[in-house]
Amino acid sequence: MEYLLLIYNNEADFDKMSQTEMGAMYQDFMAYTKDIQKSGHHRAGKQLQPVATATTVRLKDGKRTVTDGPFAETREQLGGFYWIEAKDLDEALAIAERCPSARMGSVEVRPMVPPHS
Amino acid sequence: MNLDSVFRLESLYREERRRVLATTVRLTGDFDLSEEAVQDAFVAALEQWPRDGTPASPYAWLVSTARHRVVDQLRRRGRFEAHIEMERLAELEGAEIDLSEAAMVDDQLRLIFTCCHPALAVDAQVALTLQTVCGLTAEQIARCFLTPVATMAQRLVRVKRKIRDARLPFAMPPRDRLAERLDGVMLVVYLVFTEGYAATTGKVWIMRPLSDEAIRLGRLLCELIPRNPELRALLALMLLHDSRRQARTGPDEEIVTLEDQDRALWDRREIAEGVPLLETALRDGAKSEYALQASIAALHVRAGRAEDTDWGQIARLYDALLRKRPSPVVELNRAAAVAMAEGPSRGLALIAELEAKGDLAGYHLLPAAKADLLRRKGQWREAADAYRQALQLVANDPERRYLARRLEEVEQRGLRRS
Repeated sequence: MEYLLLIYNNEADFDKMSQTEMGAMYQDFMAYTKDIQKSGHHRAGKQLQPVATATTVRLKDGKRTVTDGPFAETREQLGGFYWIEAKDLDEALAIAERCPSARMGSVEVRPMVPPHS
Repeated sequence: MNLDSVFRLESLYREERRRVLATTVRLTGDFDLSEEAVQDAFVAALEQWPRDGTPASPYAWLVSTARHRVVDQLRRRGRFEAHIEMERLAELEGAEIDLSEAAMVDDQLRLIFTCCHPALAVDAQVALTLQTVCGLTAEQIARCFLTPVATMAQRLVRVKRKIRDARLPFAMPPRDRLAERLDGVMLVVYLVFTEGYAATTGKVWIMRPLSDEAIRLGRLLCELIPRNPELRALLALMLLHDSRRQARTGPDEEIVTLEDQDRALWDRREIAEGVPLLETALRDGAKSEYALQASIAALHVRAGRAEDTDWGQIARLYDALLRKRPSPVVELNRAAAVAMAEGPSRGLALIAELEAKGDLAGYHLLPAAKADLLRRKGQWREAADAYRQALQLVANDPERRYLARRLEEVEQRGLRRS
């Protein structure tokens, strides 16, 4: 079963972090990624640029509108994702809980629709 | 058909439905299909047993019939949905059914833990537990919660869809999560009980079936997980509260407060079961909020007359509850206990502090408690004001009538004096 771990953080928290704290956080993420790669749960994962770089596109009656920013303003912003393979939701939650973002922000666990259905 | 065998089947349905369902879900891994299949299996039994005789193990017969139905359904779907693996179906059909007591216990626990999984919304956990574990229909559950049937049915469909699509495991929680997950199960049981004990809205003050179901669930859990002090404390709490049920309402459904209750109406059997249950739970180290609340209930039950109540000790137990989890409602209860122990003025001072904090703004029991203490002090006009305030906020009919009666009483006393 495949799940997407959506990583949410308050970007303002990063601005308050020192150089060393930032370094330590990246170390944590790297260690975590390596960890779930080794255990065979990792499928893919990426960090996203800050939400200030986001652009939203809509097509209404054939007319395209492009707007600056995300679909909705939220207190925490999507900052990245992991695509994982897990036996069931409990295993997925246990993997999500170890993600550094679970401590700093939150991790949303979404099951993916299985193929052919 | 033989009427006798129909009755026997009916009692078998009540006793075995949950166990048959639990095992069928484990074998098939499909919540929704298993439920339907178990109903079908009982219908099949109703047709076949009176004719062919009751099988040696009704449980095994029902499980294997239900399992066949699920496999049939999956096979039918498999023609349309490629992801259903045919090999798994064959394996599923052939798997041996473990008839041991231990396996049955585990299946039932798995069922309960799945229904009370923290990934599900709490109201959905409550509804699902009532449906799958207690066997209530969506209509019955809707009636208990004064929710439209369609809303409740929708909630149940949604929660089962999540179980299937997010693949919630039908499993016991891992050992290091057991305590935390059991807390979640206890909360669901307690919510079922409190909803049954005092309906928050609407006309009916005590919803009997829900408190019965909650006590039944509590007993089942104590059976399935023996020697757990917190579970025993929770069951004791429910029994001790429930023991006062008869006395809590008068002939016209009006509320009778603890002080005015006819203690002869308290259920001796429930008290005789609840008090020793709590004592062993406390001896074995129970220290949850349920244990503390049960201790408070036990102190009430122990008092032969209202004036014998050990309010000082009750106030101390509320202190302990507050240390566990600060809550303005518990603070209000504590204020009432302190008032009974040390006099209404002391209680009123505590209520004034609570009022100033504003956490309970809009909660009718705050002005109601204040009114009660002012009444005890003979400050009729102030009491009447507070009762009026409470009346503006109350949502439950019997409580409204109680407050209106009290208001009338203090108004008359006030008139007589002036």
